Amino acid sequence: MRSVAFQYHAPRSLDEALAILAEVAPEDGRIIAGGQSLVPTMAFRFVRPGHLVDINRIAGLDRLSEQPVVASVPAPDAAPGTELVIGALVRHAAFHRPVVAGPLGRLLTEVAGHIAHYPIRMRGTFCGSLAHADPASEWCLVASTLDARLVLRSVRGERIVRADDFFTGVMSTAIEPDEMLVEARITLPSAGARMGFDEFSRRRGDFALAMALVSFDLVDGRIHSPRVGVSGVEDRPCRIAQAEALLEGCVPAIDVFQAAARAAAAAVDPLEQPQLPAIYRRELVESSVRRALERAWV
Amino acid sequence: MKHPITLTINGHRHEVEVEPRRTLADVIREECRLTGTHVGCEHGVCGACTVIVDGDPVRACLVFAVQAEGAQIRTVEGLAQGSQLHPLQQAFMDHHALQCGFCTPGFLMLSTALLERPDPPSDAELQEALSSNLCRCTGYKNIVLAVRAASKAMHATSGAA
Repeated sequence: MRSVAFQYHAPRSLDEALAILAEVAPEDGRIIAGGQSLVPTMAFRFVRPGHLVDINRIAGLDRLSEQPVVASVPAPDAAPGTELVIGALVRHAAFHRPVVAGPLGRLLTEVAGHIAHYPIRMRGTFCGSLAHADPASEWCLVASTLDARLVLRSVRGERIVRADDFFTGVMSTAIEPDEMLVEARITLPSAGARMGFDEFSRRRGDFALAMALVSFDLVDGRIHSPRVGVSGVEDRPCRIAQAEALLEGCVPAIDVFQAAARAAAAAVDPLEQPQLPAIYRRELVESSVRRALERAWV
Repeated sequence: MKHPITLTINGHRHEVEVEPRRTLADVIREECRLTGTHVGCEHGVCGACTVIVDGDPVRACLVFAVQAEGAQIRTVEGLAQGSQLHPLQQAFMDHHALQCGFCTPGFLMLSTALLERPDPPSDAELQEALSSNLCRCTGYKNIVLAVRAASKAMHATSGAA
């Protein structure tokens, strides 16, 4: 249970890191941030990188900030507002307390408590989870449901990818071998937005078997712009359009939530795994979506 | 290629040459000869190898030793002052919080980091955090009791509320 040999690089600046990455990418050179998923996959020799580019000594990458939303190529229709910018070295533990006022800060704190265990959260990073793209990752669900924009940089330049286009399958993303995910941007919801999260795992800290994240605004007492995201079920996080359509315009109530939850369960196409038949996963999706909606509403 | 690195462990400098693929847990044990840090699962699940790096509890099997160059590391060997046990060690003895003892160094270092936080954890937070590590024989009840008792003892001594 030891990794194969690799060469180690510890750049002091982002430019230096990207230059090294460009050079070592053809030999499966990779970025290491928290390493809490990468190191075990290396120990099992599921991955055998020839080089690791350690970004932990680069100042400034742990920055969390709020910035005005700038219309960009993948999102020319971006609504005016403010976005939370999460740098590449922001650890899970940074979210143990709300990092921003309002519903998003509270939601991220709730979600962070479900990620692995306390010592893992001290070191693992938000962006690292996105780049690793485990289907059971809480942060991937957050990025997908809240339509995060992912900033990818290389010596060739910078591009911004929407979460929808970013996740391409089990542990697969749109990141090119010479690119680094330098930050994630999430638009802040309205102050009155309702957000809820639910996760089912067999033991505290285990990988989720299903989880749901929902968010909606209330306009004249009715649900407006609902988002329903589910993860841990398919090969990547997904929005459930059928459930969102059922919620739009409705007065929040248990039967409305139940109908949306049933629609989500019917819409997903669960990965089949030993001891986890699809029917069981669908039931978990139904429970998780209903609970997430109830938590958003209460 | 080996890298020359300096690890500061319990205040002592260790100058060692390591391959990048060696984990911090292995280097602490095999190069620095501090075998109090135990290695269980070697992939971040059991927590037996938990040490404190720059104030935070981390799994030493999930960090490469080269990454810890220049860091302040604390291991179970640094807890007792001579023959005077650390309050957590004393509490583990008093409350029968160890049986075979394999997981104990990890629990002690995790608990030390938790109790030294500027905002000591509530009972619920403590219980959640202690679920990070696996114990397969003693059971968690006495471990939770011991850490709570040590928390009281440490805060009484330090004069904190």
